[in-house]
Amino acid sequence: MQTRKSLIQSPNGAVELSNEEIARYSRHLIMPEVALDGQKKLKQAKVLTIGAGGLGSPLALYLAAAGVGTVGIVDFDVVDESNLQRQIIHGTSDLGRPKLESARDRIKDINPNVKVETFGEALSSENALEIFEDFDVIVDGTDNFPTRYLVNDASVLTGKPNVYGSIFRFEGQASVFYAEEGPCYRCLYPEPPPPGLVPSCAEGGVLGILPGAIGTIQATEAVKLILGIGEPLIGRLLLYDALSMSFRKMKLRKDPNCPVCGENPSVTELIDYQEFCGIPQQGAQAQADQVPEITVGELKGRIGNGDKISVLDVREPHEYEVANIGARLIPLSELPERLVEIDKDETLAVHCKTGGRSARAVQFLQEAGFQNVYNVKGGIDAWSEEIDPSIPKY
Amino acid sequence: MPKIKIPTPLRQYTAGNSEVEVGGATAGETLGNLASEYPDLRQHLYTGDGKLRSFVNVYKGDEDIRYLDGADTEVSEGDELSIIPSIAGGAAKRRCR
Repeated sequence: MQTRKSLIQSPNGAVELSNEEIARYSRHLIMPEVALDGQKKLKQAKVLTIGAGGLGSPLALYLAAAGVGTVGIVDFDVVDESNLQRQIIHGTSDLGRPKLESARDRIKDINPNVKVETFGEALSSENALEIFEDFDVIVDGTDNFPTRYLVNDASVLTGKPNVYGSIFRFEGQASVFYAEEGPCYRCLYPEPPPPGLVPSCAEGGVLGILPGAIGTIQATEAVKLILGIGEPLIGRLLLYDALSMSFRKMKLRKDPNCPVCGENPSVTELIDYQEFCGIPQQGAQAQADQVPEITVGELKGRIGNGDKISVLDVREPHEYEVANIGARLIPLSELPERLVEIDKDETLAVHCKTGGRSARAVQFLQEAGFQNVYNVKGGIDAWSEEIDPSIPKY
Repeated sequence: MPKIKIPTPLRQYTAGNSEVEVGGATAGETLGNLASEYPDLRQHLYTGDGKLRSFVNVYKGDEDIRYLDGADTEVSEGDELSIIPSIAGGAAKRRCR
């Protein structure tokens, strides 16, 4: 039934299934493509998921239910309200708990036979190779470019397949990057986009169900690799569009000049991925630091004193509808053409959700000749936390 | 005219359109015409010196134009070009701003 070499050797007596496990995996065991041998391979397999978030949730749940023997999870975050719309491994009662604990409890409830290995730290150039070494398949469910390149390079260097998934709004991508047999992520995208050019997740949003679709595809690919059945997404990029409900597949090729998996690789050890992705050490804060800032406390004080200061909100109208502090609304994208609406002599406090877009707006206004413009530090989120809790945080 | 499929992150620069028809005999010409029609898109597709950005992949049908004739890849009526940018989302969380 195998169509390709399985990642796991036939366990032949090294792994046995209990009667409870045989009952549990009945629907697998009666399929010739899995059968007893395949189920033992799954039990022997070790899959590492990077992130217990949108993609990691359905992925870890299905791998556990399917009987993957060891599920490793790397995550250092805690469960937040805004996670629950899509991160289905965590529940309302888990709010504030480390995601690793919440994920472990849920997996153990679904299948107590699964060994859960947790890594409560950020994946880094220092720890990635050591963590990867012990696993058979790596599944990438991260949310940022530096970690994506790190996961790719560490997978190539340790010779592991990297089951890739990525999501944005209503659209997802999936592939299997396995340098032994096909292209890696760098063959597809040699360089990351400069920071700021691609809309961030906080600005972009994501349909809660989308990671379910893509994470489930990743879980399927991981199981196929373990069993050695079907045709994995090696050398193919799957594009999913939830709005048109279309799946497309693009051909990927191995780049002979690829710096990691090509014929003469120049990257032979892990590098500084923050630097590679053009992110200054202080991260997103750096851009915000370059513009004059005002804290929400200072702003409240100045309004209370009757100072002449107007507040400008540069978020989108649909965000304004969710939460606002009664400020004038000019979305960042419309600012250039609506500049005439603002008096250059006004003292302006500009805010968005958390301070990123408003920093860009302040920069733009300064370049347009405005003298007294301030970025509201922390945005409406900070206003909700520190000044007026009746303003919902979204 | 060839059709160009616009991915979600770039639709804000094409008036929300997910598919645009633009004239052009080659992939390069068609993309150039697209950028002229939607000027805000230009900086997302091209570097300052007019080269296609390396994190933007362009496909004709299911084939990467890098492995056809690059910007000179011929396109004709009914051909479909797709712009496939790199996206990073997965765990999506607050540390992204």
